[in-house]
Amino acid sequence: MIDTLESGPWPSFVTGLKRLAMAETHGNMMVDLLGQLEHSYNTRLGYWKGGTVSVLGYGGGIIPRFTELMGENGKPMFPESKEFHTVRVQPPAGNHYSTTMLRQLSNSWNKYGSGLIAFHGQTGNIMFIGTTSDNVQPFFDEINDYGWDLGGAGPCVRTGMSCVGAARCEQSCANEQKIHRMLVNNFLDDMHRPALPYKFKFKVSGCPNDCMNSIQRSDFAVIGTWRDDMKVDQDEVKKFVAAKGRKYVIDSVVNMCPTSALSLNDDDTLAVDNRNCVRCMHCINVMTRALSPGDDHGVTILLGGKRTLKIGDTMGTVLIPFKKLETEEDYESLVELTEEIIDFWAENALEHERVGETIDRIGLVNFLEGINVDVDPNMISEARQSSYVRMDTWDEEAEKWKERQAG
Amino acid sequence: MSAKPRFPIESGVPDPFQYMHPAYIKNYGNWAYHDRPRPGVLHHVSKTGDEVWTVRVGTQRQLGPYEINLLCDIIDRLADGYVRFTIRSNMEVTVTDEAKVQPLIDAFEDAGYPVGGTGPSVTMISHTQGWLHCDIPGTDASGVVKALMDELYEEFKTESMPNRVHMTTSCCQINCGGQGDIAINVQHTKPPKINHDLVANVCERPTVVARCPVAAIRPAMVNGKPSLEVDEKKCICCGACFPPCPPMQINDPEHSKLAIWVGGKHSNARSKPMFHKLVAAGIPNNAPRWPEVTAVVKNILHTYKNDAKDWERIGDWIERIGWPRFFELTQLPFTKFHIDNWTGARKTLNASTHIRF
Repeated sequence: MIDTLESGPWPSFVTGLKRLAMAETHGNMMVDLLGQLEHSYNTRLGYWKGGTVSVLGYGGGIIPRFTELMGENGKPMFPESKEFHTVRVQPPAGNHYSTTMLRQLSNSWNKYGSGLIAFHGQTGNIMFIGTTSDNVQPFFDEINDYGWDLGGAGPCVRTGMSCVGAARCEQSCANEQKIHRMLVNNFLDDMHRPALPYKFKFKVSGCPNDCMNSIQRSDFAVIGTWRDDMKVDQDEVKKFVAAKGRKYVIDSVVNMCPTSALSLNDDDTLAVDNRNCVRCMHCINVMTRALSPGDDHGVTILLGGKRTLKIGDTMGTVLIPFKKLETEEDYESLVELTEEIIDFWAENALEHERVGETIDRIGLVNFLEGINVDVDPNMISEARQSSYVRMDTWDEEAEKWKERQAG
Repeated sequence: MSAKPRFPIESGVPDPFQYMHPAYIKNYGNWAYHDRPRPGVLHHVSKTGDEVWTVRVGTQRQLGPYEINLLCDIIDRLADGYVRFTIRSNMEVTVTDEAKVQPLIDAFEDAGYPVGGTGPSVTMISHTQGWLHCDIPGTDASGVVKALMDELYEEFKTESMPNRVHMTTSCCQINCGGQGDIAINVQHTKPPKINHDLVANVCERPTVVARCPVAAIRPAMVNGKPSLEVDEKKCICCGACFPPCPPMQINDPEHSKLAIWVGGKHSNARSKPMFHKLVAAGIPNNAPRWPEVTAVVKNILHTYKNDAKDWERIGDWIERIGWPRFFELTQLPFTKFHIDNWTGARKTLNASTHIRF
């Protein structure tokens, strides 16, 4: 049945699996793997179960898979692939590779595993798919020696992701690879020895286009932004208007500004109300030559994004509207903030509770008090509607606000 | 005793500079602008005047040694030996000489790897492991993706959509594939079938009870053995009880269906980020080609292409025209299941006279 997935123009993973099944190195394991996959296609059911496999010194990072497909004699129907574990390995920040390194990783996996590698899993790991329990340790030892480390699996800090960023994008407002490496590498103990309430993911995008999907898919999202005026090259604006026409510019740029912060002047230059610009990136995306982010770069930090289990979807909530990342002290204070958050969450969360769910359960204000972050109107899209609230410390709270404004 | 145990080197995230294209290192943080000379090719210009061209190539995500060597041979022969992967498993190969672009494209396409996925195209579908490796898959994500990308091949290679279309597939409702302009997810439709003989041995019962989002699971004695029971009226068939308790089988060859959700986007551009919303369900899990899924997806894409304005994502377009018009234009049935009933659902209801007649 899976043969039919070899036809059609898109590259076929089934052809790749068959090629491995014909190779001397992996033949039997991949023949049996194809057998189980074909059986899944015929019966429309999956047949893997988890277990416990790890490498010496670590508790996580391997996704163990044992077949559940047993014949009438109680033995596996496809014995050569009865163990088919995945090894999760952290990619370089920004997913940059040299062909030399790709070949070296591929050769190591060819030696110890099925040969099959997924670039990348949804959490960002390089997924080395399919090996036996015995081969996990020697494979890891080999690639660990030349610079690769396991990612996270289970209740732990997970592998991070960052966009191409400053390496090849003019919209980058941050040093994505530095932030990514600093945050994740500070928590390697929490990654390799899973002991947190549940998973915790860092993702870093260099601008609000958020190519890493960090608001929806990470517990701690770091997004590059700026706070001075965006830059406008009026000569390039005029050229763009001349090329595309006034109607296109008005329809596709001016009218699509979410805060009506743009208008096209009579002389075909662009007027920008920077005070009302929310830096959504739309106009910059359309007019890449004429418009660009400002110079006063920093990051916005959002906390608590996650997918469905268990309370439903939550997006990250703004925690720090703007944080300058310039000096080493700035970067250190970012790391300290994440330590506060993970400590507070680890102490207060229920089992299997993501940080967004903790915020949902105890309320953002309690959470902020727990991690010593002051309230900020940028944390909300609207103020409280419900009048059922006890406010007998109002005067104190108002005083705090005044002090912060004065300070 | 054999040799001394080897302890891991906890090196963490590898430094990308050791694998980065030299032009990226030289111009790090110093790019001026970019454009797209043709679909599948990005052209970035640095403030120093340096230029790079990047060819984006679709892959099948799972690569073997044959595919890795084939692709690396092309990159070594016709480019500079560097490659990066996008979040959607496309490869990006950069060159500093425009003359190298076309030979590179030709070589990838001759080898069966399409060039595209940039700008307003349907780019590669991000997906989960499915029957190949997941322990709770309702379908095979890789197969659904292959079947769909065959059908959407031209949409990958051209830039003819109003804006970019990001698709995702997930093989269960936990939705590891994430948000998409179009998301294709398995929806279980029946409560788990419990093998009571195994529960006591395999499952930590309090953990399973705690995992249920609607408190439908409670401890029970069945045939004199400790087990669990499910209040089937409350059960939302999410499958969250299955990972901690495999004897609560949620997958079903007939009743695990596919559902389609639209309008998710992660960018902050124009509107704030949005989650995808349900538009179609009850679609049969018809391996190996899932033709019914393809039909619904193509219908939505076709309608979006005809009706949306330039730069509108699917979610932006529906916000502008309204959901009634979306169902009218796509002729998809609107059912009681489209009305949310989870916590906070009332904010999704229309509390206004804003109605289009």
